[in-house]
Amino acid sequence: MTPTAAEKRFAWLLCAPAVTAMLVVTGWPVAYAIWLSLFRYDLRFPGQRAFVGLDNYLSVFTSEVWWQAFGNTLLLTVVSVGIELVVGLALALLMHRTVFGRRTVRTVILIPYGIITVVAALAWKFAFDPTTGFVNALLGLDQAWLTDRPSALFVIIFTEVWKTAPFMALLLLAGLTLVPEDVLQAARVDGASAWQRLWRITLPLMKPTILVALLFRTLDAFRIFDTVFVQTRGAHGTESVSLVGYHTLVTRLNLGLGSAVSVLIFACVVVIAVLFVKAFGTALQTGVDDAR
Amino acid sequence: MGRAANRGLWWTFATAAVVTYALIPVAWILSLSLKPAAELNDKRFLPSSVSLEHYRAIFTDPQFPAALWNSFGIAGVATLLSVTLGVFAAYAIVRLRFPGRRLVLGGALTVAMFPPVAVIGPLFELWRKLGLFDTWAGLVLPYMTFTLPLAIWTLAAFFRDIPWDLDKAARVDGARPLQAFVHVLAPLAAPGVFTAAILVFLFAWNDFLFAISLTSTNAARTVPAAIAFFTGSSRFELPTGSIAAASVVVTLPVVLLVLLFQRRIVAGLTAGAVKG
Repeated sequence: MTPTAAEKRFAWLLCAPAVTAMLVVTGWPVAYAIWLSLFRYDLRFPGQRAFVGLDNYLSVFTSEVWWQAFGNTLLLTVVSVGIELVVGLALALLMHRTVFGRRTVRTVILIPYGIITVVAALAWKFAFDPTTGFVNALLGLDQAWLTDRPSALFVIIFTEVWKTAPFMALLLLAGLTLVPEDVLQAARVDGASAWQRLWRITLPLMKPTILVALLFRTLDAFRIFDTVFVQTRGAHGTESVSLVGYHTLVTRLNLGLGSAVSVLIFACVVVIAVLFVKAFGTALQTGVDDAR
Repeated sequence: MGRAANRGLWWTFATAAVVTYALIPVAWILSLSLKPAAELNDKRFLPSSVSLEHYRAIFTDPQFPAALWNSFGIAGVATLLSVTLGVFAAYAIVRLRFPGRRLVLGGALTVAMFPPVAVIGPLFELWRKLGLFDTWAGLVLPYMTFTLPLAIWTLAAFFRDIPWDLDKAARVDGARPLQAFVHVLAPLAAPGVFTAAILVFLFAWNDFLFAISLTSTNAARTVPAAIAFFTGSSRFELPTGSIAAASVVVTLPVVLLVLLFQRRIVAGLTAGAVKG
């Protein structure tokens, strides 16, 4: 049965507002950012606006600030998503297996997810602060955590993992429930240890879910902004690419150069997504199809 | 017997560890907010005496109440709009056959992966030209748009589980598609709509980048932005007590939502990405 013309028209009518909003507030600005990135355009000197071709991109690519921020962002993304996967899996296994306290765990774990990122970042900032915080007293240290690059990056990653591992755990928990119980029982009868069952059965069966969760979290982590802004404002060599974009656009009002940064961030996100799909295409498809 | 007891002990320990993990920063910020100003730097996890001075301070200053009002208003309006548009689109995607279903879903997925910083520049310039800079509408529009994917995917996942036959029966009885939508589907869809609304609200309530880029005064500055720009007695000193008190006040609604609607939030979060 083919859809009638009236059904098609009604469907489009229903989708039109959402599609229009997405096109106007995201599609158009990205196109405009690409256009702006080809101009010398500083809001403080609007009279000097001129077409400069790819000069803005050249400036970005020859700038140390960009490359340091790019390196930081990659490091923060890879390390925090990696740790989140391990912590998230542990939390998911706990939620899946524990009998009593299941409700408590599931409720309490949503608090890091729900709490405002800025508040989480501030709480940990104060905790690690050498004059206010309890961390130094607890560890018997005298460390100025946020004014030194390695330890500042550590605190940022720590905060990110604390905040987002529960989200990862909930996604993975949904995947865990798809692992058939009888297969695990059979393996147990055959003498497979808990560790073997995890590595040989549970994880391979969860692969699609894990990949979907990794993709979502990687793209999200690459945009990291709030935590870095609140904890260091990008000082001491801790800037992320989103921070560079924000500072160029909003603080320095340099729309041309800032747009070039924005376009590059957008391009990075596209590249990450394409790499994921190329590397794990079929498994990802299964993960997405499971969602239907 | 001994083994079983051991196991029970282990699970209890693990559960306690998770509870500690989740609650430490919350307890810490609550403790800071209750410490008298003179004891803020005592480096102790728990306050040795309790004072409400920081709460009095943030509520006598006009900045925080304004930000609280802006946050509730902007997140509320954005949620209403996003969920309304999401319901329309999700209904079409799940229940109607039309070319472009995948296009709408794929487009929504693309928007979900979008780095917000990529649209800040153009929106900043355009909002200033249109007079939307530093207004509620100036934040409602991006929040609504960036939460549409979440709304559409969550709602579509819920709508798929609604029994088709009831809708068909209504159509057979002579109801037009719109009537079937309003009278049959809407009441059944209410739980999904509610879940989507919670998730969208949390997103808007949480946002920081748009809030600091597209606002500049109390007219539209939301709580996350206001907290980050609280000023102390000197430029280099953070007003720790006020920040902590404000943080506690904005965390309360979240904790309340989580405690009341734990099941719905989990269902909604996982429905969008992986079916649970």
